[in-house]
Amino acid sequence: MDAVFKALADPSRRKLLDELRKENGQTLSELCEHLDMTRQAVTKHLVLLEKANLIAVVWRGREKLHYLNPMPLHEIYERWIGKYERHRLQALSDLKKGLEQIKTKKPKTK
Amino acid sequence: MKKDQFVYVTYIRTTPEKLWKALTQPEFTRQFFMGTVQESEWKPGASWRIKAPGDLITDSGEVLEIEPNRRLVLKWRNEFRPELKAEGYSRMTYELEKEGNSVKLTVIHEIDKKGSKLIEAVSSGWPHILASLKSLLETGESLEETREWPREACK
Repeated sequence: MDAVFKALADPSRRKLLDELRKENGQTLSELCEHLDMTRQAVTKHLVLLEKANLIAVVWRGREKLHYLNPMPLHEIYERWIGKYERHRLQALSDLKKGLEQIKTKKPKTK
Repeated sequence: MKKDQFVYVTYIRTTPEKLWKALTQPEFTRQFFMGTVQESEWKPGASWRIKAPGDLITDSGEVLEIEPNRRLVLKWRNEFRPELKAEGYSRMTYELEKEGNSVKLTVIHEIDKKGSKLIEAVSSGWPHILASLKSLLETGESLEETREWPREACK
């Protein structure tokens, strides 16, 4: 679990995970297009994410595809969030989203 | 062609033989796969299906490739939600690799189309089922909420 938190403690690596959440199964070149980093830097971050098992790699011919692997985060979730808390947390999160949308929409209507 | 695909990797402290049994035999799947069993003769070309309590067939298909303790590829179609059944067959692969005292289990679920509702539906189920499988093999106890078929899903 140390490897997971260490891997997540960097904004560039979180950005990489965000990119994979948008479009799963990208190659290194595809990932580089969205990021303001050198290819070498992206490669280094990917290695760390893979070691932490946050990214799973599948070879398709000569192409290396990167997938967001939700298992380590699911284990964290299982460890600290009880099954009875889930629905209440979802309700609170929906409420927050709903209210924030109203707030951001208001100035436009005026 | 672009496709929808999810990949899950989990490391389980067990042997490939025990993991294979857990993935295929009813006394194990009942405990971590939402109370369901899988019926098949487990050989290439054999039919395959998931049966929930009350003889509800939830998914069905065919064994495409099988290498006991190592690899299983299934043709997989949902059978109880019309909008998912309409998407036709997906492909599910289990890969088991021994790594030290653990087995690396890779689950790949894919379909040849974009925006698949089936892949979206299974993608919320797999992490939970796999976490429960890991717990069952490592501690002898699965996660409580994966032991029974959810009632609301039976409609």
